[in-house]
Amino acid sequence: MTALLELEDVEARYGPVHALHGVSLAVEEGSVVAVLGPNGAGKTTTLRAVSGTVRRSGRIRFAGRPLDRLGAAAAARLGIAHVPEGRGTFSELTVWENLRLGAYTRRGSIQPELERVFAYFPWLAERKRQQAGTLSGGEQQMLALARAFVHRPRLLLLDEPSLGLAPVLVAELFRIVRELNEREGLTVLVVEQNAHLALQAAEAGYVLEAGRVVLSGTSAELTADDAVRRSYLGY
Amino acid sequence: MATAETSRLESLRNRSAALGAGSTPIVMLLLVAVAVALLVGSLRSATFAQLTVQGLAVGSVYGSLALALVLVYRATHVVNFAQGELAMATTYIAYQLIQWGLSYWEAFFATLAIAFLLGTVLEVTLIRPVLHRSVIAAVIVTVGLFVLIDGVVDWIWGGDFKFMPSPFGTRIYHVGSVSIARLYIGMFVVVIISVLLVWALFRFTKLGLGMRAAALRPAEAAFVGVRVEWMLALGWGLAALLGAVAGLMAEPSQFTLEPTLMQPILVYAFAAAVLGGLDSPAGAVVGGLLIGVALNLMVQYVPAITSELQAPTAFAVILAVLLIKPSGLFGHREVRRV
Repeated sequence: MTALLELEDVEARYGPVHALHGVSLAVEEGSVVAVLGPNGAGKTTTLRAVSGTVRRSGRIRFAGRPLDRLGAAAAARLGIAHVPEGRGTFSELTVWENLRLGAYTRRGSIQPELERVFAYFPWLAERKRQQAGTLSGGEQQMLALARAFVHRPRLLLLDEPSLGLAPVLVAELFRIVRELNEREGLTVLVVEQNAHLALQAAEAGYVLEAGRVVLSGTSAELTADDAVRRSYLGY
Repeated sequence: MATAETSRLESLRNRSAALGAGSTPIVMLLLVAVAVALLVGSLRSATFAQLTVQGLAVGSVYGSLALALVLVYRATHVVNFAQGELAMATTYIAYQLIQWGLSYWEAFFATLAIAFLLGTVLEVTLIRPVLHRSVIAAVIVTVGLFVLIDGVVDWIWGGDFKFMPSPFGTRIYHVGSVSIARLYIGMFVVVIISVLLVWALFRFTKLGLGMRAAALRPAEAAFVGVRVEWMLALGWGLAALLGAVAGLMAEPSQFTLEPTLMQPILVYAFAAAVLGGLDSPAGAVVGGLLIGVALNLMVQYVPAITSELQAPTAFAVILAVLLIKPSGLFGHREVRRV
């Protein structure tokens, strides 16, 4: 089986600062894969390399196509939805406009997509006309996820979804991601500080340190690994 | 959601905060008061009524140029000092098309299309390459563009007066003892229709939504597949189109076409944009109308202000707003997220 997303020896830098020193990883179609690691390990940069929002070299293939020369808008048009760290909603626009933007690359009516999204996030339907900036932090994170889902991506890039959210909301968010994966076959690459949650939701994971993959395996293998337990799971 | 009730309360509170810390009701009240005062004045004095109508007409021209400035500012955070000269140049293009045998309105619409293309091309060729480095560099490019356009127009058409046919004729309507030139009604109607069409494009179309998203949050817009750089170029195109409307409608009120056509109007448009709030499209139009009416009435009723003092008065408005309320009537205060 070939992977939906493949990174081979990907390097990335911000000006003179190297953020990735040759990262290789693969995400199978229909799977949830987690990227773990300490702050500054290059987790966010890995996602940004895929969605084309950072200068990078190396090979990136998505659904068999090379991705390494494409910008963010082009990557989105190929079916990659990136939910950036820290909400990433258009707070000046209404909830409906945010959702409409999610389907920006789709033609024709988006009514079916909206109805599917409202099935997962019923409260969004009542708040369509509300300005997104007036939602609470958790609601905005949900809106960002809903917006990515209206896009009907083949690959969802999810960056630190738990950041600044109450534990109840984090659990709810991961439950929905899991459900989208199981019911809709959505492929997810998720970056998460909370290794517990991430390994529960994902089938496989990669551990990044200082811009390199230092460890990879199934979630069960990683959970059993002594180093991972000590550094990220805390027991 | 467990916290639905509290978060709803919180969101209501945020919403009233988002409306500009409660200043909007006061602004609305002020505007209504101004409208009532103008109406009462117009009913009591024919001269006042005439000056008000005239002021609204020229004010709509200031408003559309101000809106052009605001569109460019919102899209690229650049204040385009060449916006007025660009409008002047496109008016010359319309003049040329009429010389070549087009009717006024054929030339009008052809010029809008040319202006749109011109604005887009200017953004792609001159602004985009320097915008990566700094906004200031781009602003300086627009100052250079001001001089360049001025020179090119002078070189092609010369500095002498040109005359264009009047788009609205010379009819004068009489309502009671008030006489209103058809010209002023025509100017006002054409400008307001153009502004409403641009507003509808932004408000109701997918393209407009993409343009707003690209201007508000370029990085997030790219994530959903909006081609941000194209949207910004289109923003410049639309601004040039609105500027062309302003130029074409300013010309008949000045009765002649010369290279300095838009220079005073640019000052009034800046005053209008600053008064309305530099990032508020509605504010720009309202600001334009207010400045137009106020200047027109002041020259008549305030003995100290002669017509030579109109432009300095507009500049005084810019200074006063920047000192007292930098965000203008409708603008948003710059909020830095932590």
